[in-house]
Amino acid sequence: MKRFLVNSAAMMTGALLLAAPALAAPAAEVAEVVAEAAPAVANPGNNAWMMTSTILVLLMILPGLALFYGGLTRSKNMLSTMTQVGATAALAMLIWVMWGYSLAFGPESTGALSAFFSTGSYFLSSVTTDTTAATFSDEVISEYVFVSFQMTFAAITAALILGSTAERMKFAATMMFVPIWLTIVYFPIAHMVWAGGGLLFDMGALDFAGGTVVHINAGVSGLVLAYLLGKRKGYPTEPMPPHSLTMTMIGTGLLWVGWFGFNAGSELEADGVAGLAMINTFVATAAGGLAWMVVEKLAGHKGSALGFCSGVIAGLVAVTPAAGNSGPFGAILLGIIASVVCYFVVSKVKTKLGFDDSLDAFGIHGVGGIVGAIGTGIVYSPALGGPGDAAEYVMGAQVTTQIIAVLVAIAWATVGTLIAGLLVKFTIGLRVDEETEVNGLDISEHGERAYN
Amino acid sequence: MKFIIAIIKPFKLDTVREALSGIGIAGMTVTEVKGFGRQKGQTEIYRGAEYSTNMLPKVKLEIAASDDIAAQVVETIQQTANTGAIGDGKIFVLDLASATRIRTGESGETAL
Repeated sequence: MKRFLVNSAAMMTGALLLAAPALAAPAAEVAEVVAEAAPAVANPGNNAWMMTSTILVLLMILPGLALFYGGLTRSKNMLSTMTQVGATAALAMLIWVMWGYSLAFGPESTGALSAFFSTGSYFLSSVTTDTTAATFSDEVISEYVFVSFQMTFAAITAALILGSTAERMKFAATMMFVPIWLTIVYFPIAHMVWAGGGLLFDMGALDFAGGTVVHINAGVSGLVLAYLLGKRKGYPTEPMPPHSLTMTMIGTGLLWVGWFGFNAGSELEADGVAGLAMINTFVATAAGGLAWMVVEKLAGHKGSALGFCSGVIAGLVAVTPAAGNSGPFGAILLGIIASVVCYFVVSKVKTKLGFDDSLDAFGIHGVGGIVGAIGTGIVYSPALGGPGDAAEYVMGAQVTTQIIAVLVAIAWATVGTLIAGLLVKFTIGLRVDEETEVNGLDISEHGERAYN
Repeated sequence: MKFIIAIIKPFKLDTVREALSGIGIAGMTVTEVKGFGRQKGQTEIYRGAEYSTNMLPKVKLEIAASDDIAAQVVETIQQTANTGAIGDGKIFVLDLASATRIRTGESGETAL
């Protein structure tokens, strides 16, 4: 222990000495010259946190989302649902390193189209162990870490869509849909919201960890795909209760744990804002889980396990864009509102609209994402304990910007998913045949049963 | 000999079993079953989707008893499984033609 302390003291002294010229230089111009002369080196602490966060997001997908969705299906579709989640994420990872990173965060501008996508560094050609990605301060993290972190976001967003299509979409159709959808929907939206020069980024839209990019995007895309697929056979007259809420509860827990990587990791540094995102990810979620059960009770039902799980996810989704953009009490408010709104959408509105969003990817991720994205414009207010700059923040203007970002994402996701979905529908077909559907996708599409 | 079939509420199983042991019943077969009678089913709600199940879980006891204690068995089950609420179950009594103990080949009341 003592030796460790001595070593770290020596390292700190070294770091201070290295930083000295930059600190001494008063003008920004000089600092830039210095930075050019000695390229920025990633801080191991931040790198370590970002590597941890990246793995936490993977935990959200496998086994988190796979179990969460799997438990909600009928037992004959358990493996199909989980395998589609896993295979979609795996495919997204490969596409990300081939051309996804280039289109979303590539180093080269596309001129007039740079508000929508970037280019360059295909197959990660310009990434080395020495290259770095900027964070929100003067710090940098290793580019490989940044590429990996963003890769998991593309992977989970594509996998989230499958909640709307479960129990009837062909495995092959999923594998064909995902690359097209990522290319024309996810990469451009991620670029628009998160990359410097992106349309919504430059407008000042706030999306800390992906309320718009991930949740609204996945939810709306899922809804469009559910519409193209049609309802499951027997829906809504036949009972289709979840086959294992135990699995769903386990999945919910893993999602919540993994979400700290998703939200606090989106700060790209292990600093105070990451800490803010962390506390918000606790309290908004806690409020969401309880609020759903309270609403159930007020509606004259029993507070349910699935209600708790649904509220937890609604809270997590809503706090995603607000994670580092809200104080803890703003986050609690957001969690409660999202939970209540999502409850009414999935239990009251959905049945009237007559679409079959099988596992409520739209009802919870889409709707919770919209509540969160717009709400972020409100809870950002310093008057509500948010981190907004009192001198610059105007609630009306910020909320307007948020609404524009939401509408752009909804429109883009709708049109893009229609194109990708119809391409698949008219080539290999989206949906399994009736016999496959009745027998269950596990045995028909994969030749296995989940339970023997 | 009588063959007694009783359908009871699952939570009453232990009480009934103990009471029957107390009057000398040495064995029974217990099965978890589903069914319905005057008591209607229950409603399950998953995210607002309501499913009313018209089958309820019950426990079925099958007991072979000699003629002299059959009436006492029925009475014991009726008293111990009773909650006074609808859905307490039913007891059926059938004549039993024969009984054979597989291990020894004994038959009749000695096999019970």
